[in-house]
Amino acid sequence: MAQFLQQMINGLSIGSVYALMAVGYSLVYSIMSFSNFAHGGVIMLGSYFGFYLLTLAHWAFPAAFVGAALCSAGLAVIVERVAYRPLRLRNAPFLYFIISAMGASIFLENFVVATIGPTFRTYPTVLPRAPIEIGSVYIGRLDIMIFIISAVCLALLVYFLDRTKVGKAVQATAHNARAAKLMGINTDLVITLVFAIGGLLAGVAGVMFGMKYTVYPQMGGITIKSFIAAVFGGLGSLPGAVIGSLILGIMETLISGYFSSQFRDLISFTLLIAVLVFRPMGLMGKATEEKA
Amino acid sequence: MNWFYIKGILMLAGMNLMAVLGLSLLTGFTGLFSFGHAGFMALGAYAAAWAGVRMGLPFLVALLVGGLFAGLVSLPIGRLTLNLKGDYFCIATLGFGEAIRLILDNVQTFGGARGWPGIPIRTELWNVALICVAATLFMVRLVNSRHGRNMIAVREEELAAKTVGIDTFKYKMLSLFVSAVYAGIAGGMMGYYTGFLQPKMFGMARSTELTIIVIFGGIGSVSGSVLGSVLLTALPEILRTFAIWRLVVYGAAVIFIMISRPEGLMGGREITLEAIRRLVRGRRAEAEAGAGAGTGVGEVRR
Repeated sequence: MAQFLQQMINGLSIGSVYALMAVGYSLVYSIMSFSNFAHGGVIMLGSYFGFYLLTLAHWAFPAAFVGAALCSAGLAVIVERVAYRPLRLRNAPFLYFIISAMGASIFLENFVVATIGPTFRTYPTVLPRAPIEIGSVYIGRLDIMIFIISAVCLALLVYFLDRTKVGKAVQATAHNARAAKLMGINTDLVITLVFAIGGLLAGVAGVMFGMKYTVYPQMGGITIKSFIAAVFGGLGSLPGAVIGSLILGIMETLISGYFSSQFRDLISFTLLIAVLVFRPMGLMGKATEEKA
Repeated sequence: MNWFYIKGILMLAGMNLMAVLGLSLLTGFTGLFSFGHAGFMALGAYAAAWAGVRMGLPFLVALLVGGLFAGLVSLPIGRLTLNLKGDYFCIATLGFGEAIRLILDNVQTFGGARGWPGIPIRTELWNVALICVAATLFMVRLVNSRHGRNMIAVREEELAAKTVGIDTFKYKMLSLFVSAVYAGIAGGMMGYYTGFLQPKMFGMARSTELTIIVIFGGIGSVSGSVLGSVLLTALPEILRTFAIWRLVVYGAAVIFIMISRPEGLMGGREITLEAIRRLVRGRRAEAEAGAGAGTGVGEVRR
C-alpha cells in the first residue's frame, strides 16, 4: 500500500509537469488547429535559460525561474513570427504548419548542440535533497514544489482565461477566429499572446524538468508525452489536457514500478492509438463532425 | 571526393527515393499525411533480413518479403485509422510508427535495442538503380491510371469523390498499402546496405525527413520526389564540412521553403520526355532566331 501511494505521488509530480507542457500545446491547437512540434524546443531552451541564469548570472532561484519563463515566452513568440505567421497570412493548409514546426524544432535542437554542446548538464541543488517522511511514504521536496508550482500556474491560467476580458478574447478566437475578428478582436494579437503563454508554461516546465532530471539538447523529445496526454484528454481542451497528463503520469510510474520500464513508452503509444481509434475526441473533447 | 563516396551517396539517395516515392503516393496524390513511415521501413528491413539470413532466400526475394510484410501490416492499421481526419490521422500514424519501433526494441531474437549485426552486404549501386527505375515507372503508370486519378479525386475533394461513386476508403487503403510496400523494400535495402539493423534507425526523425522530402519535391509530382530525394540526400553531405552546423542550416532551410515556396520544387508539374523535347526545341529556335538577327547567317544555315 505504501509503495502504491509512493508511486501515485511520483506519478502526480511528473504528470503535473506533463500538464504544463500539454496545456501549452493544447492552447495553440485550440486557436490554430495544428500540432506545434516546436514546443519541445522551447521547453528545452527554457531549461537552458534557467540553468544559465542560476549558474552564470547567479540569480536567486525565484528570479531565475521567472527569467527563464519570460525568455521562453519571447522565444515562442519569435518562432510564431518567423515560422508560422507567413503561413497564416496565406491561409496555408495545416501540413505546412506542421512541417515548418518540425523545421523549427530541428533548428532549435541543433542550434543548441552547435553552440552550447551536446553534453548533459545538472542543475545546482536548490532544495535540500532529503525527502519528507510521512508515515512510510517518502516525498521529495522537489516533487512537492513541482506539483505546487504547476497547480498555481494552471490556476492562474484558468483565472486569466475565464475572468479577464483578454482571456475571453482568447476563448472567442478559439471558438471561431473569423467571427471573433468581425467582432473587433485583434486575433493577431491573441495568437501572439497564446504563444507567449504557451512559452511561459514551457519555460516553467523546462526548468522543473531540468531540476528533476538533467538538461540536454534532445530533451524536447519528452514533449511527445505531453502531446499524447493532450490527445488523450481531447485536443484543444485545457481541462482535458490536465487530466490526460495526470493520468498518463500516474500510469507511467505505475507501469515502471510494478511491471517494466521498458514497456512504459510502448503502453503510452498504445493508449494514444486506442484513444484515437475508439474515442478520437478524447476524454473531454467536443465530438465535432468535421464538415466536409 | 572519390567514386566510392559518391557511390555511397547515390545508393543512399536511391533508398530514400524508394521510401519517398511510396510516401509521395500517399501524401502527394491521396492527400494523407503520415509521420510513421519509418515504422513500415523498419518492418520491411527486419522482415527482409529475416527472410535472407534466417530463411536463406535470395536478396531480391527477401526484399519482396520485406515489402509485402510491411504492406500486410499496413492493412489493419489502415482499417483502424483511415477514417480519421487530417491531424488525427497524422497523430495516429506517428503513434503506430513509434509503437513498431518500441516493439522491435523488445524483440530479443532480432537483438532488441542493441541491434542486429552481421547482415550480409547485398545492396549494390546497380540493383538499387534497377529497383528505383522499376519502382518509378510503376508509380508513373499508377498515378496516370484510373486508380491514380481516383486517388487524386480523394485528395482534392473527398466528399465529391464519394458522391460520384468512388470508393474513397478503398483507394485510401490501396494508397497506404502501396506506400507501405515501397517503404518496406526501402527498409530492406537499407539493412542489406549497412549490414546492421537497430530500431533506433527508424525513429520519428526519419519519418519526418521523408515527409519533408515529399513536400520539398512538390506535392503530386513523381519527378519532384525523385529530384527532392537526390537533392536532399546530397545536401547534408555537401554541408558536411560545416559539421555540427549542417542540421541547423537544414532546419532553417525547411522553414524557409515552407514560407517562401510551399508548392515545392515541382509544384505538381512533372518532367516528361515531351516537356524536355519542347524545352530543347524552344531553346534551339531561340538560338537560331538570336543568331539570325545578330549575324545575318540564319538563312545560310537553313
